[in-house]
Amino acid sequence: MNELLNLLKQNALESPENLAKMLGTSAEDVKQQITEFEKSGVIRAYQAVVNEEKLDSSLVTTVIEVKVTPESEGGFDRIADRISRFPEVDSVFLMSGGFDLLLFIKGRTMHESFSFVSDKLSIMPGVTSTATHFMMKTYKQNGIVMHTGDDDERLKVSP
Amino acid sequence: MNDSKSLHSKIAKTVRDIPRSGIRDFFEIVSSREGVISLGIGEPDFVTPWHIREAASLALDRGMTSYTSNMGLLSLRRGISQYVAKKTNIQYRPEDEVLVTVGVSEGLDLAIRALVEPGDEVLYHEPSYVSYNPLIQFAYGVPVAIQTKKENGFRLTRQDLEENISDKTKVLLLNYPNNPTGAILSKEDVEDIAAFAIEHDLIVLTDEIYDELTYDQEHFSIISVPGMRERTIYLHGFSKAWAMTGWRMGFTCAPPELTEAMMKIHQYTMLCAPILSQEASLEALKQADTDIAYMKAEYKKRRNYIHASFEEMGIPSIRPEGAFYAFADISKFGMTAKEFALKLLDEENVACVPGTAFGKCGEGFIRCSYATSFDDIKEAMVRIARFIETL
Repeated sequence: MNELLNLLKQNALESPENLAKMLGTSAEDVKQQITEFEKSGVIRAYQAVVNEEKLDSSLVTTVIEVKVTPESEGGFDRIADRISRFPEVDSVFLMSGGFDLLLFIKGRTMHESFSFVSDKLSIMPGVTSTATHFMMKTYKQNGIVMHTGDDDERLKVSP
Repeated sequence: MNDSKSLHSKIAKTVRDIPRSGIRDFFEIVSSREGVISLGIGEPDFVTPWHIREAASLALDRGMTSYTSNMGLLSLRRGISQYVAKKTNIQYRPEDEVLVTVGVSEGLDLAIRALVEPGDEVLYHEPSYVSYNPLIQFAYGVPVAIQTKKENGFRLTRQDLEENISDKTKVLLLNYPNNPTGAILSKEDVEDIAAFAIEHDLIVLTDEIYDELTYDQEHFSIISVPGMRERTIYLHGFSKAWAMTGWRMGFTCAPPELTEAMMKIHQYTMLCAPILSQEASLEALKQADTDIAYMKAEYKKRRNYIHASFEEMGIPSIRPEGAFYAFADISKFGMTAKEFALKLLDEENVACVPGTAFGKCGEGFIRCSYATSFDDIKEAMVRIARFIETL
């Protein structure tokens, strides 16, 4: 992958000046590349990776396996797009294997997520079955390990 | 008898006369402080890749807890032979030309002890890794340090060699990519040195532990020069490129006579390298390219950053081409390297190693390791910039 993208995936808030120093180029060049990535849709957004467990009112994440009947035109795309438009749906993936779509739903309570499944998702035309799992704990997300405070065990000065 | 003065007099003179490493003194000062950002660490900040740790763990589960052949596991020696051949096009027979050692440190000690007789001169270049000089002295040899210069990019030149050779010179010890300067040699430099070694019938010890870590051009090994395989002991190991320092795994490649000589010392002093570390190293060789490419890409970005930051501060350092050190020239501040390092530590809590720890021509320089997280490097550069404003 492009080196600049790699760096932004690690820390999207890094200044163009620092990025330029690392890549051996100018800050202007970095800014221009970023603008191009944004315009072409390679970069879709910038988000914080939040450790929900540290918050007083954390969200409940529900993972749902969905089987659907593909349509003759558009295959899975239309139904996946319909599902994606619900605000409570965080992520939607098309999968190979025993089911078709994998959904990540965020809700304030388990009940709220359950309502989404029973009232909106399962009655949608084309959806043939669902299997719902509640996420218990996040250890690592988007490449970031959630716990902090690993000490550097190395000697502080060595030859 | 039991007072410390009389005990001191019992210690062998060679050992008594050698001062302990300047790094160690500095380490003790740094260790007594809290919240230090250390650019003084000469080992990777990565942990050993997971698949290597898994392999060692599996080997332990399988009960691999015995000695191995003195030379090391044959499967590992085969792997090493293939790895070296792929990099250098030079073939070493796993059966009698590859020896597995406890780090390159042991390999160096073996090589020097196998070759040096009392009074033999060993040429090496400074600034250098801290062990070279003492190891030569422990073998009753005479260390002859060639002072490399910043103007030459800390490269060893043919002229340097001409000026320091004598009829007692037996061995030339090379270390490129270099710790502490980050310097590398071009193919032409290496060929010049090789021609010199052949002309003067020298044995060359080449410590190429950092060979995977070059950022702008590929490393060229002296063993690849025709006529050099026959007179060279090639020293390498797993510590730096695979982030395996604590496993203590190195190896030597050399003609059978030299390997046999080193093996004798190894056999009677060390017996063999630890079997779990050997198993881990065997696994390391399987995915060498992917593991190394990942770490190297990270170091390169940090190298670029730290070099650009020093330039911005008006502290000229040669652009480090290899290893993971920047050797920054702080001579214009009118302090010794040690004074600068101590004051920087005192005022900004940033630890760097004074260049003089690596030989007297390191005066006026500090070694800054970029085997440190990027966040720490950024903060250290902010602090150093603030520090030099006050000078």
